[in-house]
Parts: sequence; structure tokens; C-alpha cells
Amino acid sequence: MAIGQSYREIKIWLSDSACIGLSPVSPELFARSCPRFIDGFFISIELLVLASLFGFVIAIGLAVARTSNVGALSVPAFVYCYVFRGTPLLVQLWIFYFGFGSFGAEGLGPFWLVFRDGYWVGLVVLTINTSAYAAEIFRGGIVNVPHGQIEAALAIGMGWWTKLRRIMLPQALQISWPAYSNEIILLLKGSALVSTITVLDLMGQTRTVFSRSYNLEIFLYAILLYLVLSGSLTIILRILEARLRTPTQMSRQH
Amino acid sequence: MHIRKSLFIAAFSAAGLALAAVGAQAQDLSIKIATEGAYPPFNQTAPSGELTGFDVDIANALCEEMKAKCEIVAQDWDGIIPGLVASKYDAIIASMSITEERKQTVDFTERYYSNYLRLVAKKGSDINGLDSLSGKTVGAQRATVAAQWAEDNLGRNATVKLYDTQTAAYSDLEAGRLDALASDVYPAFDWLKDKPDYEFVGERIEINDLIGIAVRKGEDDLREKFNAALTTIRENGVYARINEKYFPFDIY
Repeated sequence: MAIGQSYREIKIWLSDSACIGLSPVSPELFARSCPRFIDGFFISIELLVLASLFGFVIAIGLAVARTSNVGALSVPAFVYCYVFRGTPLLVQLWIFYFGFGSFGAEGLGPFWLVFRDGYWVGLVVLTINTSAYAAEIFRGGIVNVPHGQIEAALAIGMGWWTKLRRIMLPQALQISWPAYSNEIILLLKGSALVSTITVLDLMGQTRTVFSRSYNLEIFLYAILLYLVLSGSLTIILRILEARLRTPTQMSRQH
Repeated sequence: MHIRKSLFIAAFSAAGLALAAVGAQAQDLSIKIATEGAYPPFNQTAPSGELTGFDVDIANALCEEMKAKCEIVAQDWDGIIPGLVASKYDAIIASMSITEERKQTVDFTERYYSNYLRLVAKKGSDINGLDSLSGKTVGAQRATVAAQWAEDNLGRNATVKLYDTQTAAYSDLEAGRLDALASDVYPAFDWLKDKPDYEFVGERIEINDLIGIAVRKGEDDLREKFNAALTTIRENGVYARINEKYFPFDIY
């Protein structure tokens, strides 16, 4: 709770200072609704960061299961990816929020804590959706690890887990990272759909501000903020990409 | 010469008359009207795709009165004013409140009904008026006067959730995500008819809310035609007949 409290305080402080900092250059329309935009901006970042972190972990598990020889693992993983990759994010959000949500507190029991709030439903659905996409991307990486590498790992007596952790996954990630970066940018844009299930993310706040003034200029500010987000994201993903490359390059020098 | 001249004049005026007749024919007003189609009982989309409701009936009555050919189309609420400005249609008859903010972008006719707000909550809940809303979650449809009122008056003490449609807000009230719903009175009155577990709570919330027809800025001609037709259907009983179909009291 204490962490939540100080996080909220940091957010308020950041929002205030950003708005004050921007005030000399911001047009009147933006200045009036600045705290709303910045609040929404933070919500979008939170959803993106959390969904991509959880999604990443789940996707790795799914990708390993997909490439497994054991049908009990590969078939469910395939079905999961097929369902969540093959249906629109909007439909998933509405089914989870309005559909499952309509069972209410009695029908859903402890799950109601999650389903009660559009924010958590949004986070769950974005995580599921991105994990299904990313699992396919990582699967592509795993099957493209050179066969010689696997043979070599087996030859020196590596166990399944060691082989996976030290040989397969590092190379699979390296191969699939550019495609995965693309998926994260798509996730950012997809996250705007949570505004339809009452979440006041950047898009939700933008629409609320717009509904008062009907000034299309508002969407221009949203675009700029989204570009700032995707720009920073691209830079972070590039840095990670460069770091992923290092271990194998080092091993080549040996 | 004299005869010829008068013949000429006669021929000319006959042609003129014919032209005038053609002109009158062409002047037959053709109007495209947008409504939302998700705001029962004022406007809703029947399963067949047909638009029905009070707004639609009023629109048709006005068109008949103006002898205009009208086409009524459905348009999402969020984009309904931008669509008018972009000339996708010529008027909005969608239970739209006349507000200062909207007047910056569009022009309005006189009111065709007037509105106030009520809170809706589950029967037996601890919500009994404005004072009991502290710490509660209150819903409203985004881009409505109810939403504006809720944000401005409840935002400090309660959580305000905004929905794209009124229907979505009802379903969240029933799911238990909302403790109360701030709503225009008539659609809520209509919804409550089939929902015995829910009721109006608290006093009526007066917001001086008049509902008008929106037209593009400067379309004074069309606006005045609507106004004239409105006066006529108020006087000749057509309005009352439509009103009766939906509410047991006069909503003008």
C-alpha cells in the first residue's frame, strides 16, 4: 500500500511539473486539459509496460510449449495462440468486460476483483493478446536456431533446461527481437481500445476532453503524445536488441 | 409591332411560369438527418436495422410538415457533431442538449423537448441522494450533459466512469460495477419500466437542459424551417400524439 501511495504521489508530481513545464509552449486548449492528458499518458504507459512484461513471460512459455514434442503441451498452446491471435482485440475486450462482467460479483466470486475494474480487464486482455502474438514470433525464433547448435549442446551433455536457457532462448530471442519490437508498438496502439471499457488511458482522456469542446485539435495532441511514447519505446527496444546481440558475438571471438 | 411585342411578352411570361414551376419542383427540400440509434426510447436501432424512437418520429413529422424528402442515418455519438460539420448530413435530431460549448461549433433550433437529470440505483442500496455518493462509483454516458454534470459535481468525492453508449452504462449498473447512474430522466424512465430491481433515487437534478436540432453554422434557412415546422406540430397535435406514444406526461 505504501508503495502504491508513493507511486501515486510521484505521478501527481510528474503530472504537475510536466504541465507547468509545458505551459509556456502549450496552446490554450492543451493547457486547460493538460493534467488529463498526462494522467492518460501514465495509464497508457502502465498498461503497456505491465502487459508487455507479463506477456513476454507467458509468450516464452507458450513458444517452448508450441515447439515441444509433447502433444499435451503443444496442442493447448496452439489453440491459445490460434484463438487470441485470430480474433479482434476489441471483441476480446468487450467479451471480457461486458460479457464475463455481466455475471457480476455472485457469478465470478474472487475473479470479480479483476473483472470489476476496466483497468484490470484491459491489462488481462492486452497481456493475453500480446502473449499470443509474441509466442508465434518466439516460436519462429526457436525453430530457426541453427541445428548444429542443438547437436553441440547435446554432444557436451547439456540437460533440457540448460540447453533451453543457454543455447536455444538467447539465440531465439536474438533472431525474433526485431519482429517482437514491432509487436510491442502494435500493442501500444491497440491499447487505445481500452478507452471503450471505461479506462481513462490517453485515448480515453482525449475522447473525454474532446466531448466537451468538439475541437479536433485535441486529437493532434494525442497523436503527439503517442508519438513520444512510441519513439521512446523504439529507442528502448533498440538498446535491448543491441544488448541481446553481445553474448553470441563474444562467444564468436573465443 | 405592338401585337408582336405583346405576343412576345406573353410567350416570355408563359416560359417564365413554366420555369418557375420547374424551379419549385427542384426546390423540394431534401434533408439528411443523423441520429445516434442507441438512446432508447428517443432513438434506437431495431433488430431489422430500422431506426425508431421519439427523435425519429419527430424528425419524420417535421419533414412531412416541411414537405421535405428526408433520409435518417445512424451515427455514433462521439462523431455526430464532426460528421455534421463535415457535411455528411444536414441536421442532428438525436436528443442533443443545447450547450454553449456545442454552440461554438453548430447552430440549434428552438427546443423540441426539455430534460433534467436523475440518479438511478439498485433498490435497497444505501444511495438515497447526492449526499450519499461520496466514495461511490457513478456512471454516465460520455459526451452528454449527465457526464459533464457528474464530472463537475461529483468528480471530487466519487469515481466517475464514462461510457460510449447509455446501453453500456446500464449493463455496468446491472453488473454491479456502478453504484449509481447519472442519467437524463426520460431514457432512464423508459429503462426502469422493465427493471423492477432499480429505481430513481434523490431529487430531480435541474440543469436547464433544452434539447434542440443541430444544423451547421450559418444554415439559418434550414434552421428557421425546422422552427416553423416545430411550432406547427406543437399546435396541430402531431407532437402530442408522438409524445403520448412514449411518455404519459408532456416532455416539452
